[in-house]
Amino acid sequence: MQKKVTQEAGKKKPQAAVNESYLQTVFRRFRRHRLALVSLVVLAVLVGAALLAPWIAPYDPNAIVGPFSGAPTVQNWLGTDQIGRDVLSRLLYAMRISLLVGVLATLISTVIGVVLGLIAGYFGGIADMLIMRFTDMVMSFPYILLVLVAAAIFRPGLWNIILILGFVDWPGIARLVRGNVLSLRETNFVKGNLVAGMPVRHILFSEILPNTVAPILVYATSVLALSMLDEAALSFLGLGVQPPTSSLGNMLNGAQSLTVLTKQPWLWIPAGLLIVILVMAINFIGDALRDALDPNSR
Amino acid sequence: MNKKIPLIQVDNLKKYYPIKGGIITHVTGNIHAVDDVSFSIAEGETLGLVGESGCGKSTIGRQLVGLETPTEGKIYYEGNDLSALKKKEMQQIRTQLQMVFQDPYSSLNPRKHIFEILSQPMLYHHISTKETIEKDLERLLDMVGLPKHVLGRYPHEFSGGQRQRIGIAKALSLNPKFIVCDEPVSALDVSIQAQILNLLKSLQKELHLTLLFVGHGLGAVNYVSDRIAVMYLGKIVEIGEAKEIFRHPMHPYTQALIEAVPIPDPEEKDRKKKFLTGEIGDSANPPAGCRFHPRCPYAKPECSAQVPELLELAGYPGHFAACPVMAGRQKAEGVGGTAAATGAGKKGGH
Repeated sequence: MQKKVTQEAGKKKPQAAVNESYLQTVFRRFRRHRLALVSLVVLAVLVGAALLAPWIAPYDPNAIVGPFSGAPTVQNWLGTDQIGRDVLSRLLYAMRISLLVGVLATLISTVIGVVLGLIAGYFGGIADMLIMRFTDMVMSFPYILLVLVAAAIFRPGLWNIILILGFVDWPGIARLVRGNVLSLRETNFVKGNLVAGMPVRHILFSEILPNTVAPILVYATSVLALSMLDEAALSFLGLGVQPPTSSLGNMLNGAQSLTVLTKQPWLWIPAGLLIVILVMAINFIGDALRDALDPNSR
Repeated sequence: MNKKIPLIQVDNLKKYYPIKGGIITHVTGNIHAVDDVSFSIAEGETLGLVGESGCGKSTIGRQLVGLETPTEGKIYYEGNDLSALKKKEMQQIRTQLQMVFQDPYSSLNPRKHIFEILSQPMLYHHISTKETIEKDLERLLDMVGLPKHVLGRYPHEFSGGQRQRIGIAKALSLNPKFIVCDEPVSALDVSIQAQILNLLKSLQKELHLTLLFVGHGLGAVNYVSDRIAVMYLGKIVEIGEAKEIFRHPMHPYTQALIEAVPIPDPEEKDRKKKFLTGEIGDSANPPAGCRFHPRCPYAKPECSAQVPELLELAGYPGHFAACPVMAGRQKAEGVGGTAAATGAGKKGGH
């Protein structure tokens, strides 16, 4: 009997690269997306620059170091803003804030979405109905209006904006997780563990959750990009991160005037460009992850 | 069989699935997946359960291991009513009732390696400890004919046959007394099927297991089973010793199933085979009377009027069939059954 088994194993060998770990497989597939690789490098550089802002920024972001709305010079590479602060330094600090908002808001919404999705999908019945109707409600509510109202009630500010964005971004993840749980619940390996008398926590967190991490990760990248955009939009409207703290959104605030738009492009082009680059890079990475994590692709 | 309590006793088991519909969702009907089924399995015995897809055979298996609760009826394990047990008592009994699944490709978690898959339930139920787990797993793998280096691998690295061996190892890991094998070979290559069947058979003998072997082909089921129950549309139509069923199939449906077993003999190819016509009936709306009568070649008017009962055949103890028409014929022709039955029985007896 043993001989037969080794024969079976031998036959299989040429098909797939043997002993490749899951992460290696994922990385091999990921590398095929050139755009995503470039995005990854760009994102790494930008995140690095943001993290190292206190050390690499040429000036204190809140210090007045030059003329009002000064054009780029050797001292101030990207010029100075309306009250004479260095744009490059503010930009580096702004990126920190924007990334912080994006990452924390995504984290909050992912945790909420995963927990609610797991409960709704696994237990079904009334819990499912209540959770999903609530989800529909949050989803169908005009998004930006909700955030505006919340921002008005809770006083705009960095931490409030993180919480608000975190609490409106979860419905998509909840639906995604619920759908996955519904199908995973019926698989034989979950049934097998039920027959083996394993407790619910084992089945939820050790059997079901690891199998739905990949789609959650992909979805989270788009939530990350979206919440950074939302932060920018809110700050642009003056309801997000409040000055003097800089964020990519409130740096664009100045672009509300026609003079700035036409005559002083250094005040808004760098910030605007950075938002576009960050969001695009994150989306490209998410796209490549979707392919790389898909167990059906080779 | 009355001397001892059977390991598994099923009494009037029913499982209906509600059909929901309408503008305001409400129950509009029921799928009669299992409809009033009773049987028992003695310790150390293998009962084969056959029938075509959708006849409710897998539903019975799933109810026996507690994956589904019966709509009506009782399941007794060693004389204990499973539905009346408290949670704690159920936890203890649960590990003694295990299952081998049909599709070996979905019965192992793709994100875990074999060591995790096999060790977690054993550790949770204190069947093994961290110190002894490696030895226990080696012994387990040896039983199902796998080398120990498979432990560090992931399920996708194995073929269907190997996965089914791992599935069997997982079922065995909790030292069960009773295993439901839900069509364990129907998703495998024919060449591997025999290996798995042999493995199950030898394990059954070695560990003195009691098996319920669910299948849709009489060939495989006959190979491993001591007794066979034939199901049609949620009801058992015939039950008896495996040899006996093949030698004297009484119910027309059983006869049709035996006819359908391929015979590896070129000279037999000209023999006229009577295949069943028509489709299996609608289980939401089963035919009145005998559920097989719309497809039955021997159907009489009374067949659509009265639900036939499983009756022991005169002269064949332990052989029950639910067909008064054929029982009447048998009486008329004397012991030996119909011509069709003996013909098929001879071939199946190989």
